[in-house]
Amino acid sequence: MEFSWDLVINAIVTGVILGGFYASVAIGVTIAFGMLDIVNIAHPAFMIAGAYLAFWGSEKCGFDPFVSMAVFAPCGYLFGRAFYRAYHFFFERRGDESLQGLAFFFGILFIVEIGVVLIFGVDYRSISEPYLESTIGVGFVSVPWRMLVPFLVGLGMLGSINLYLSRTFTGRTILAVSQDVEALRLVGANPIHAKEVAFGIAVATAIIAGVLLIIIQPVEPSITREYIGRAFAICVLGGIASIPGTLVASLILGVAEALTTTFYGPSWSPAVSFGLLLLTLIFRPAGIFGR
Amino acid sequence: MIPTILEATRITKRFDGFAALTTIDFRLLKGERVGLIGPNGSGKSTFVNCLTGILAPDEGSITFDAHDITKTPAWLRARRGLARTYQIPRPFRGITVRENIEVPLRFAVGHTSARAITESAQVILEQVGLGDKAEFSPRGLTQVELRKLELGRALAAQPKVLIADEVMAGLSESEVDEILELLNRLNAEGISILLIEHIMRAVMLFSQRIVVIVAGCKIADGLPDDVMKQEEVERAYLGE
Amino acid sequence: MSNQAASVPPLRKPLPVSGRSRSGMAIILIGVALIVATMLFGSHIGEYYYLATYTILQFIILGTAWNILGGYGGYVNFGTAGFFAIGCYTTIVLNKIFPMPLFFEMFVAAVTAGLIGLGTGYLTLRLRGVFFSIATLALAIVLQTLIVNWSFVGGARGVYVIRPAVSGIFISYVQFLVVLMVGLATFAIFVAWAVEKSWIGIGLAAIRDDEAAAETSGVPSLRLKLIATTVSGALMGMAGAPFPYYVTYVDPATAFGLAIAVNSIAMPLVGGTAAWWGPVVGAILLGSAQQILTVTISSAANLFIVGILLVGFLTLAPRGVVGIVRGWKRGRR
Repeated sequence: MEFSWDLVINAIVTGVILGGFYASVAIGVTIAFGMLDIVNIAHPAFMIAGAYLAFWGSEKCGFDPFVSMAVFAPCGYLFGRAFYRAYHFFFERRGDESLQGLAFFFGILFIVEIGVVLIFGVDYRSISEPYLESTIGVGFVSVPWRMLVPFLVGLGMLGSINLYLSRTFTGRTILAVSQDVEALRLVGANPIHAKEVAFGIAVATAIIAGVLLIIIQPVEPSITREYIGRAFAICVLGGIASIPGTLVASLILGVAEALTTTFYGPSWSPAVSFGLLLLTLIFRPAGIFGR
Repeated sequence: MIPTILEATRITKRFDGFAALTTIDFRLLKGERVGLIGPNGSGKSTFVNCLTGILAPDEGSITFDAHDITKTPAWLRARRGLARTYQIPRPFRGITVRENIEVPLRFAVGHTSARAITESAQVILEQVGLGDKAEFSPRGLTQVELRKLELGRALAAQPKVLIADEVMAGLSESEVDEILELLNRLNAEGISILLIEHIMRAVMLFSQRIVVIVAGCKIADGLPDDVMKQEEVERAYLGE
Repeated sequence: MSNQAASVPPLRKPLPVSGRSRSGMAIILIGVALIVATMLFGSHIGEYYYLATYTILQFIILGTAWNILGGYGGYVNFGTAGFFAIGCYTTIVLNKIFPMPLFFEMFVAAVTAGLIGLGTGYLTLRLRGVFFSIATLALAIVLQTLIVNWSFVGGARGVYVIRPAVSGIFISYVQFLVVLMVGLATFAIFVAWAVEKSWIGIGLAAIRDDEAAAETSGVPSLRLKLIATTVSGALMGMAGAPFPYYVTYVDPATAFGLAIAVNSIAMPLVGGTAAWWGPVVGAILLGSAQQILTVTISSAANLFIVGILLVGFLTLAPRGVVGIVRGWKRGRR
């Protein structure tokens, strides 16, 4: 592959745009895992469910992807709250074994992925909206709307969640929970409600990220597993519970993947996120902004 | 001159900028009974975690039985004879009560014969009053029994130093006396004991010397009656 | 003594005594008996049953291996497929360079997988358990990506493997493979039993229940975890080594497949992680069920049911069949 600065610039721009989207995928993991210590490796499964919901919405009901978001994200929120209640009842309360909790989420991940295969098959599915097909010029690079939109929505999500967590009462309780569960319990605040809301938000973000995903590219079920690596690589690299960290790490990952794809081909790209994750765990497990 | 068995020098521990411990100096003599008191959150448990190796101090050093153990991993300190109980009992829930005792016998003391281990474990259970609960799961024990199991586990390690971290919290008066009696018996057998407690009656009865930590700093260290009369100590407790 | 203890009855009845167990000998005897039976009645067994048995035996090994670190130690390995694939591809690589006896290939596979397990463990076991789990997942994907991009072993397209000639005492190569797998399964089960009953087993149990308390009781937790990870990884690699000769065509999608990943976790959890026989029961139950179901429904639906069973058991019967049996025994006393 010939080296040219043009390719590099293109890759970097693509990477940044992609990174914005990746942030929307990872924010749910930052909340559930980083802040609440819930090892939700099924998060990408919820995301893929969101993508297929958008597909179904588009095929059967003619939903524009934004309509799908508006309809399915609140459903995701409610489902997330109910799901956390069940998880807490069956697993967190038992206290002893995180083995069961981890295996549980793995099982959920698995069920959702196979469920999608059973319902929709293994072929690629996509949606198309005319207004997404055009491109817009950014400097001397042209970026398609179908990539720019997820980038913008991703940033928007991070911004609004950051505001929510720092300005609202429940949001601040969630932040407090992430700092010290024991202390909260002593003070008498109920961390369960805060965790429930937070998990609901996390699932809602997954649904939105899924819709964004199918806007960017056609989806098929095995993509789910690639995103485990991306989501957790970003979360860990960014510092587990840090929202600015999530953003920075997303951009780093996006650019790293884009450069790898440009110069080494797409078959290496799954290794980028997982490789980055392994390296972070080995050398700096606290991440960039972590304690 | 009674030798020092455990010594901590200028121990400092910070969490994220917050100073949990600031240049704590501490010494425990062989066979001594020392009480450590201080308000909640003052850093006592952090200090114990540094002593036992669960946490690494940012500054300072720790010497045990004339060896520098500052960099020694927790399990090796346990093998050398530094044992502790946990504030909230942490039994091994998936195995029986006796097997709980067998763990330190196997790993801290290094027994290899399965029969010897089982027999020794039973003896220790009798010592702490849990003899008939040997085959039970720890899930079936009461609070005071769990505390006894903690002590039994610490004992099984054949410690030279026993750190009893709030082992009497929440117990009734008679139960507190039970534990005190056990601790006194252990001390009589030669074990140096660091007692961390809120129950002042027990601390005053038990300790030859009292150390007071408030907000991560040591503010007093001396005979029980002298320490309790000190102004800073009164303020720390009355001010709560 | 305390009045409290006398007046409040314990909430749990006593557990069965984990005393001296003669199971070790029984395991070996059963294994030998099965091998003898297969040799004697070999010609009467249909090819289909050989194939089904191979798969179940493979899962017995994988589930047992997984459980040494997962069930005994509490550290979840999501990358079983990775270690299994190391075994497969070690055989493939060695076979391409210079054909050699399967036993030698198995040995190299086990050592390679064991070393990689050791390495992964050494780098990540000082962290929380969940980071180890995520690292094993990452390892499997990284390995898969490497293999997919390595044309020597066929890359994404896969590679064909020729079965060597089989010695005269066996009816067919498949029969030889099944006999071999019975031997390997017996070995794996024996290793798991030995670990469980030894000082390693009780140390791992302490680590699983409370790692910090285990350390302050003298348990060298990193060392024990590394032993468990290495043994577990080596057994998984060993299970993967004969696979290329069994299927004759290997591609990364199969070697690193979902079926391996989920089954190696589901079978021990359904069977019960607390004892060596849990993964065996789980493998036989789930493995047989899948063999039967594959004929009637699609393989995707098959795996879906495995997932449901996994989640179902975790939620409702977390101690698996082992827990159910022990609870029933306790109730009868």
